Amino acid sequence: MSTPRLSLGPLQYYWPRARVTAFYEQMAQVPLDVIYLGETVCARRHELRAADWLALADDLASSGKQIVLSTQVLLESEADVKALRQLADNGRYLVEANDMGAVRLLQRRTSFVAGASLNVFNGESLRLLAGLGAMRWVVAPEIGAERLAAIQTERPAGVQTEVFAYGRLPLAYSARCFTARHFKLQKDVCEFRCIGFEDGLRLRTREGDPFLVLNGIQTQSDRVQNLIDELPSIQKIGVDMLRLTPQARHMCQIVHLYRGVLDGAICASQALIEMRELMPAERCNGFWHGKPGLLQQAA
Amino acid sequence: MINPQKVELVCPAGSLPALRAAVDNGADCVYVGFRDQTNARNFAGLNFDDRALSEGIRYAHAAAAQVFVALNTYPQSANWPKWTRAVDRAADLGVDAAIMADPGLMAYAARTHRQLRLHLSVQGSATNHEAINFYHEHFDIRRAVLPRVLAMPQIRHVIAHTPVQIEVFGFGGLCVMVEGRCALSAYATGVSPNSDGACSPAKAVRWEQTSRGMEVRLNNVLIDRFAQGERAGYPTLCKGRFDVDEKSYYAFEEPASLNALELLPELVRTGVRAIKIEGRQRSPAYVAEVTRIWRQALDGCLADLDGFQVQSAWMSALSRLSEGHSYTLGAYDRPWK
Repeated sequence: MSTPRLSLGPLQYYWPRARVTAFYEQMAQVPLDVIYLGETVCARRHELRAADWLALADDLASSGKQIVLSTQVLLESEADVKALRQLADNGRYLVEANDMGAVRLLQRRTSFVAGASLNVFNGESLRLLAGLGAMRWVVAPEIGAERLAAIQTERPAGVQTEVFAYGRLPLAYSARCFTARHFKLQKDVCEFRCIGFEDGLRLRTREGDPFLVLNGIQTQSDRVQNLIDELPSIQKIGVDMLRLTPQARHMCQIVHLYRGVLDGAICASQALIEMRELMPAERCNGFWHGKPGLLQQAA
Repeated sequence: MINPQKVELVCPAGSLPALRAAVDNGADCVYVGFRDQTNARNFAGLNFDDRALSEGIRYAHAAAAQVFVALNTYPQSANWPKWTRAVDRAADLGVDAAIMADPGLMAYAARTHRQLRLHLSVQGSATNHEAINFYHEHFDIRRAVLPRVLAMPQIRHVIAHTPVQIEVFGFGGLCVMVEGRCALSAYATGVSPNSDGACSPAKAVRWEQTSRGMEVRLNNVLIDRFAQGERAGYPTLCKGRFDVDEKSYYAFEEPASLNALELLPELVRTGVRAIKIEGRQRSPAYVAEVTRIWRQALDGCLADLDGFQVQSAWMSALSRLSEGHSYTLGAYDRPWK
C-alpha cells in the first residue's frame, strides 16, 4: 500500500485576478504533487482568460508539481467548445476532461485525466476511457468506498484513481445562474456578483440550517467533505491520489495537515482538531460510507 | 419552405394502460422502463415486466408505433449483470431502441446486440456536438436526447454538427439541473438519480402541520413551509424554498412545468427529429390527453409550418392537467438569461 499523492483541484469560485495569482504563489510552496488549473464552472468569468491560465501553468510548472488543465463541466455554446479545443491542443500540459466532448478531442492523441463529471460508475466504463488514453480517473463523489472497491478490482493496469478528499462537494450544474437569480439579475448581465463570495453564497433551510452553497451555475454542499481520518480505507482500496479543493482561507494549513497525516507526522484525530478552525463549515463523509452525503459517520 | 421532415412524438408510459393510451392517441413512439433501478423512473408500482413489455410491443407495432426502453441509469460494478440482463431482455423482446446513459453499458450493448438501436439518454448529459459525436463514433447511437439546458440557437448549432438525430423535451416536469450531473438528492437522501433511478424519493418525505405552517422535509431537511391556503407541492429538492442572505424564496426555480407548444414550429425548423413528453409516473388519462393534444399540434404544425397557431383549447386543457402548476418555456427561451 503506497501513500497516496496530493492534488489541488481546480478553483471553483470566482476570485479577483490578483487574489488568484497570490493564491497559487502560495500553493507553489506547499507540499502538493499535482495542481489542476482552469475555470470549470462558468464561461462568463474572465478575471483570468485561457492565456492567463496557461501562463500561470508555466509559472507553477517550475515548482516541480505536475500541472493539469481542467475543462469546463457544462458546455453550452460553440464558444465553449472552441475554448475546449484550445485547452485540448495546448501541447504542454495534461488535460482533465470534464465532458465527453473533451474526451473526444483528446482520445487516442494524448493521455488525459477523466474528470468526475464523466460518471464512471463501473469497470467497463473505466476500461473504455483507459483504452482511449485516460491515465487517471477522478471518482464521482457520490461513489463510496465499498462501490469504489468493486470498480478498483476491474481497474486496468496503469490507471490511477483520484478521490475527492477535501472540500465542499460539487453537487449540481445548471444552465441557470443562482447567484444572479439571488440578485434578481439576468445571467447575461449578472454583474459578476459571484466575485463577491469567496467561498460561495450560503443557502439555509427555512429553519436556519446551512444546507447548500450557490456558486454561479454550480451548487455545492455547505458541509465540507473531509476524508482525512479515512486513510486506512482509502489505502486499502488502492487510491493513488487525494484531491483537495481550494477554499478562500487557510488552504496552506489544510495541505500541510493532509501531508502531515500521509507522512505519519501527525495523527488524523489531531489534524481534525486543528482543522476545526480552518474549515468554512462543518464536515461530512456520508458519501464515502454509502450514506446521504451530508452525514458525518464514524470513520 | 419545403416540406419539413418527419418529427416523431415520443410519449411516456409507466404501465400497459398508459402505453395503450399513448398509442391510441397518436404517439409515434412510446418509451418505458423495467421494474427496477435500471431506469430513471424507478418508482413503486410503476413500469414493465417482460410480459407487459412484450404485450406493449405487440400493441404498439400493430398500430405502427415504436417502443423504446429506457436503461438510462449508471450500473455499478457490483450490480452490473442486472443492467446487462436488462439490455439482453430489451433486445430479445424486440424493442425499437434502447435509451442509455452509461458508456460501459453502451459498449456492452453495441458489442452484444448489433441490431439494437441505441439512443443517448438525457441522463448522459451531452450538451454539445463533440460529446454527441463521441457516442456516435463509439456506439453508433442514432439519436441523442438533449438535457433541458440549451437555448434554441444552441440546439440549432448542435444539429448542424452531428449526424445523430436530436430529440428534445416538449412538455412535462422540468429538471433545473443538468441531468446526469446532479447529486442533490444523493446528498440529502442517499437516493441517487444516477444509480438508483429516483430523485427526492417519496419514502424520504415527511409532512408535518406545525404552528409555523405545513412543513415538508426530505430525510429531515426542511424543503419548504406552506402558509394556510398556499399550494403545497411535492418536495423535489431543487423546487423548494430556502433562505439566502435572509430572504426566503425559490432559490433555484419556481415550481413550473415545461410547455414548449408555442415553440413547435421553431423546433421543427431547427431540425429536431423528435419531441419528448415527460411523465412515465403519470396516469393513463394524463398520457392520453397530453398525447392527443400534442398529436394535433404536431400534425397541424407539420402541415402548415408558417400558419401554425397554438389553439387556446390546447393550452387550457394542458393547464388543467398541470394541477395548478404554472408553465415555462424553460431554457429554450431563457427569460432568466
